[in-house]
This record gives sequence, structure tokens and C-alpha cells, in this order.
Amino acid sequence: MLDRRVAITGLGVVTPLGVGMDETWSALRDARGGVTEISLLEPGHFPCKIGGQLLDFSARNFVPKNYRKAVKVMARDIEIAVAAADLAFLDSGLVTRGLEGKGEPTVDSKRLGCNIGAGLICTELNELGTAVNTSVTDGKFDFKTWGTSGMNNLTPLWLLKYLPNMLSCHVTIIHGAEGPSNCITCGDASGHLAVGESALYIRRGAADVVIAGAAESKLNHMGLLRQGKLQRLCTTRNDQPAAAVRPFDADHAGTAIGEGGGLLILEDMEYAKHRGARIYAELVGFGAACDAQAIDVLRPTSGHLGLAVKNAVSSAGITPDDIDAIVTYGTGVPGEDAVEAAAWREALGERASEIPAVSFTGATGTMFAGASGVQLSVAAKCLAEQVIPPTVNFTRPAEGCAMNFAPETRPVKMRHVVTGAYTVGGQSGACVLKVSEN
Amino acid sequence: MEKRRVVITGMGSVNPLAHNAEDTWAALLRGDLAPSPIGLFDASTYPTTFAAQVKDFDFAARVPSAQKHKHAGRHCQFTLAAAIEAWKQSGLDAYSELDHQRLGVYLGSGEGSIDFENFVSLLIEAWDGRQVDTNLWPDLAFERMELYREVEQESNMVLAHLAAEFDVQGPAFNVLTACAASTQAIGEAVMQIRYGFVDTVITGGAHSMIHPFGVTGFNRLTALSTRNDDIPTSSRPFDMTRDGFVIGEGASILILETHEQAKSRGAKILAEIIGYGASADAFRITDQDPEGDGAATSMRAALADAGVTPEQIDYISAHGTGTKQNDQVETRGVKAVFGEYAPKVPMSSVKSMLGHLIAAAGATELITCVMALRDQILPPTANLHTPDPECDLDNIPNEPRKADVKTCMSNSFGFGGQNNTIILVGGESVVSSL
Repeated sequence: MLDRRVAITGLGVVTPLGVGMDETWSALRDARGGVTEISLLEPGHFPCKIGGQLLDFSARNFVPKNYRKAVKVMARDIEIAVAAADLAFLDSGLVTRGLEGKGEPTVDSKRLGCNIGAGLICTELNELGTAVNTSVTDGKFDFKTWGTSGMNNLTPLWLLKYLPNMLSCHVTIIHGAEGPSNCITCGDASGHLAVGESALYIRRGAADVVIAGAAESKLNHMGLLRQGKLQRLCTTRNDQPAAAVRPFDADHAGTAIGEGGGLLILEDMEYAKHRGARIYAELVGFGAACDAQAIDVLRPTSGHLGLAVKNAVSSAGITPDDIDAIVTYGTGVPGEDAVEAAAWREALGERASEIPAVSFTGATGTMFAGASGVQLSVAAKCLAEQVIPPTVNFTRPAEGCAMNFAPETRPVKMRHVVTGAYTVGGQSGACVLKVSEN
Repeated sequence: MEKRRVVITGMGSVNPLAHNAEDTWAALLRGDLAPSPIGLFDASTYPTTFAAQVKDFDFAARVPSAQKHKHAGRHCQFTLAAAIEAWKQSGLDAYSELDHQRLGVYLGSGEGSIDFENFVSLLIEAWDGRQVDTNLWPDLAFERMELYREVEQESNMVLAHLAAEFDVQGPAFNVLTACAASTQAIGEAVMQIRYGFVDTVITGGAHSMIHPFGVTGFNRLTALSTRNDDIPTSSRPFDMTRDGFVIGEGASILILETHEQAKSRGAKILAEIIGYGASADAFRITDQDPEGDGAATSMRAALADAGVTPEQIDYISAHGTGTKQNDQVETRGVKAVFGEYAPKVPMSSVKSMLGHLIAAAGATELITCVMALRDQILPPTANLHTPDPECDLDNIPNEPRKADVKTCMSNSFGFGGQNNTIILVGGESVVSSL
């Protein structure tokens, strides 16, 4: 049982730094910032007016021609996932029915799984508002008018824009993935949990290839409101967006909302080797945990990330001494950075302050569920390149955050990289990736 | 690594028919019908004016720690009550050796309901005729909208409440694969235990979409029954006259653990889950694969995982929503898998009585399978008087049936094409196989 090994053979990321891993990676290496003044909506009186935006982005360019109509019923979260899936499959060299002009599919549909994590997809206020404002009597919402006619102002498929499983569903439909399909909704830990679970699909023989990760966009009215009420957003640096988000830095003062996501192609190692695939890394360990005191959402939690990382390291059959690099989350929210740093210390001991580490949130903003998919992709890329990109906006550690971040790109000899994420609500997940042996 | 056996040792449910598992079963055998006019808001002019609602639920009476969970939304309250019921039945409350770092939670919980009153009044007050005014809207929203009402809408927050209630420290997952969510959650929880990541899992599902925009969404999709003139019998799976599903709400929770732990602590084993399968239709977001191929793939995967043949299945708990499309597609899928045996395997839909609990449906239906295994009685499909010729399997019309039941299959198919199947055997079978 479980003797199958899992290779990572494709990366598809969409971030404020670029569409695709090549663009994102070169921006990361060059320490370019992707957080700017918000222009996708008029920031008005929102206290935080900066974010990591996807500009000129549409899933239309990432779907077969006959699927373009469906883009109209995709919330932005779904569009990100659909684009990331296209990029990931292209990167892997596998051919699915969703890739035009690449010839016959090379993947068995029944053996192709899909597991894409998502957050709570925010309602598009202007769309719903247009409908709601047709049903107002004396300044109040009028149920009777809404029931008879008001609701008809919403497109019939309105609900389908907002179901979180639609990230996976569109991807399965486009690419013909008929194997196990799931949608994990554990906030910012969703990507690690989805990838960890997907590895088990392969190891227990339920699938040979799985596309897994997460995507999200909270860069909208409801996202700005909710994250603002959670006191997670930086409101003091609207005039210097590129320098605003400072993970683990002494001057950290909150985060900014970014939008994006990352999907990885996981593949049975034998299958990958047999077809001569480029293998970024091997996924060798997974762990998860939760914080039993996370109902109080204003109290920072790491979701007991320390335990998740310990579980991931031990499931990889290695010890903390074998870890060569850490891809952290690092939201730049002071309380969160502190509990995250403590979690890495809990799991890895004193070495946690020495092991080269990175957070890219300073460059992208917090992409919530999407961040975890990007973290995993970056971890795989670090192993493949034997390079760790800089931590943008980190200059000196905040109290309790003594870890080995650097403002410049570092070549590091790495065999094992660990990455972990946690979320408001108290869940965490961690994965250990190992350098590919060929 | 050896495959570890996974058993059910506790169950709890809060649903439109009853507020615990035992009374739910009794109501299903009596043929009680849950649908009634919507009382949660004024739906009198909606295309659908009714739903299967949880009524007279007393959170404080059911959950002694209610004060700790004061921000819990409607479906989260149901979940806590169902989980406490299941936990007590399992006897884990008295098991001092429980390793809380090896205790996990795996739910298929829906999103929390929006703060409708504030949300809508702001959309009206801050509307500039074309869009929301981003000067006025944030001013009003930061003042009036409550932090917890907003955050509790994230579907992972139910996990936080369960973790706090039972001191869960191990892996915590939530999945939201629409109508398949809780079957998927239970199936994946089985895998977490079977392959050694955890020893004990609180699993199941919860949902309430009976709010003004939830019913709107399904009405716009024309997925709901509009039988406003005969509400009690509106859910009619497999019947010619069926016209859509009846939206329900609730929560059902099961306690899963290793067979070894259950045996060593002397717990009563209610059933053993022996097989799980998952698939995707990969067809269309609005329609199921008309041939039922996705459903069949899921059933075949579960049979293979369980190591049983179709002929060994004694009962199928159908997804059976009562939409034109689902019931035909499901019938075709079962025929594709079961072949000549298909007409001989009894298959009913308790949604005919309970309504469709969306994310909570699969877990609730799995509980009825455990009860069927215990009592050797199959629950009926109510309101089935004029069978659809396209749905020509043995759907157990209207009356429960005594039967020799050793192995059950439970199916759930999600909107968007995610399919899940679980196969289980009764507690007696588990004991006799030792």
C-alpha cells in the first residue's frame, strides 16, 4: 500500500507579478513589487486602498474557443483557476482535451483527478445591487416585488458563479478530468490541504495524475470590508503600496489583498519517468492540524501550523535537520507573523532561525487560498532551480520573528523544502518537497 | 502500510423531520413529509414558496456550551447539536485515552447565511443609480455590518466551532462540492483514517440555503419544485410528476474511528465503511452526463475499493433529488454498473420525505443506511404513485420494506458534476467477520 511516489511535473500560477510561472518567478527573483493602488474598483472610503491586482486578465485567453461563452458565468476566483489549469497542463507536457492544437490527449480521463481549494466567493455587489434596486418600496427591500419580478434581473446561472466547487468543475469539464474531484474550503490553508489530499489519491491508486492547488480573489467590496473588519489590512501606507506589506519585518503593519492562485500537476512518479517528464520535485510529506481556540477570530492563530509541519516532516521519513529551506506564508499582519514564526520554531527547533526562508507576500499581497497554491509552486521551483528568491520588503526581523529571510536572491543547495499555510478559523497544512533525483 | 478498518461509532442529526438520528429514522419509516411554507422570510411571491425547514430547534437546550458558540450561524448550531449527539453515542466523551492530536474533523459544510437585512439595506442606501457608491458604502458597512456575521460565512468556520467543542487538534478539512459534499467528506475522512493520518474523525455535513438569495439562486436555475398547491407531497423522486427538488437544511454528523480503537475501548460498532469512490462528470456545469457515466464511474470505484460485486449490494440510498434530469441519469448509471441485477436491487430516495439538505444530504442519508442495516428495514420513496418509465428500478414506493440487508451503497452527485459513493456493512456483519 501507498508505495507509489508523487512527482510534481507542472506549475501554473497567476499572480499580480505575472501570468505563468516564468513571469512570476523572474519578478520574484528581481524583487519586483506587485502591490499598487487599487484601480479595479474605485477605492473610495475604504481605509486600505492598495492591493495586488491582476490587470488585463481574463480567462478567455485560457479556454478552448468553444468554451469562451462560459467565462461569463465565472467569478474571478474561477477565472484564475481556469487560467492556472491551462498553464499547469501546458507546463507539464501532458495533453488534455482542453489544450487546443496540441494533438490527441495523452492522459486517461478516468485517471485524471482535480482538487482545487477555494474561499468564500464574494458576491459582486454591482450585479446584485442592480437587481435588488428594482425591488424597493419606501426605501426598503420589497420581497413581494423581488419574488414576482426583481429576481429575474439576475442571470439564470447567477448562483453558479458563486459555488466554490465551480473552480474544480470548470477545470474538469475543460480538460476532461473524470477522476476524483474535490473542492477544499479551508481558507488560506486550502492549497496545502488540497495538494496533500491529492497526493493520497495517487498513492492509494485512485488516480495517476491530479491537478491540485487553490485560487481566490477577495479584491472586491466584500473582501475589503471583511478583511478590514478583521483588522488585517495595512491602512497607513496607501501612498507607498510597493513598500506597504512587510512580512516578518520590524515595520510590518498589516497586509494588502492580492488575487491569484497556483495549480500543480501531481503525477505518479513511474508514469512521469516513463513519459520523460520534467520533474520539478517529489512530494514526500504532508501534515495538517488545527487550533482548538480559533473561534475568536481577532486572536491571531497559526492553526497549530507547528503540529502540521511536524506531521509533514515525519510523514516524509526525515527529521527537521533534513530541511534546507522554508516557504512561509507571511501575511505581514504583526500578530500573524509572530504566531507563524513561533510555529516554525515549534516544528523545527532552533534551526528555524537559520534555515533559509522566503515569503512573497510583500510582492503580491495576501492571495488567501490562492497564496497556498502559489507557495507550493514556488517551493517546487526553488528546488528545481536551487535558488531562493528574496523576501520583498524584509529588512530586519520583527520581535519574535527571527528567521533567515534575505532581501536578495540566494543560491542554496536544497534537498528538502517545507512549506506551510494557515488560516483565520484555525486550520493549517504543510507539505515537504524533495529535490528530483533525475 | 496496512489498510486500517474504519467503523462508525456515533451518529447525530438535526434535520427537517427530527432533531436526532433515532427520531429521524422513525419519521422516515412513518412516511412523514417535511416540506412546508417558508417561514424564515416572505417567499409568498417566489416561484417556490416552500422548503423543508428545521423547526423549533432550541440551540441552548441542545448545546450546553452555547454561550461559547454565540456567533455560530444557523447551520453551525445544527452541527454542534448533531455532533454532541454523535459524540455521546460513540462513548468518546468517557474515553480518557483519546489522543486529541490524532483526532480530526472532516466536514462538508456549506457557507454561512449572509446578514441579509444589513446587506440589502446597504445595497439600497449606497446605490447611486448605477453602482454602489464606494464612499458611502464602506462608511455604512464598517459601521453596521458585524465582524462575526461576516466571518462566519466562510465555510471553514464550522470546523473552528467543532474544534473548540471537542478539543480537536489534528487535521481539519472542509469540502464544498455542492450536493455531494458530506458524502465526499466522509469518504475522504475514511481515507485519512485508513492510511494512518488520524485515528478518529468527526465527519458529516451541514447547510442552510433557505434564505432569500439561496432560494432565488435555485429558482433562477429552475431546479426547485414549484408545487405550491400541494406542498407536503412536492418532493417526488422517480415519479412522472416530479418537478424539481425541495430545498432543505440541517446537519448530520458521524464519528469514525479505527476498528482497532473501537474494539479496544469496547465501543458499540454501528457499521463499517468498506468502500469509497469519487469521480467527475466533466460534462457541463448545468447538466449531468445524460448517460450517467460519471455516476457509474463513482459507483464502480467504490465497489472496487470495497472489494464487493454489484450482486452483493442489498440496498442503494439514491441521490434521488426529484429533478427531471437527476433521477433518469441516476437510473441509467445504476443500470450501467449493475447490469441484469439492477432491477433487483432496491433503491429509494429519502429526499422524498426529508427534502434536499444540499451539503448535509449525503451524511443524513448515510445515517439512514446505518439504521436500515441495524433494523433490516428499507426506507421508502414517498410520493411515488406514477413511476417514470425511464426510472424503472425498484424504488420501494411509499411503504418501508423488511429485507435482508448486509451491504448498502449511498450515492451523492453534486451540481457541477462531482460524484461520490460510499459502501458500508452493518455492525452485526462487522462483529461476525472478526
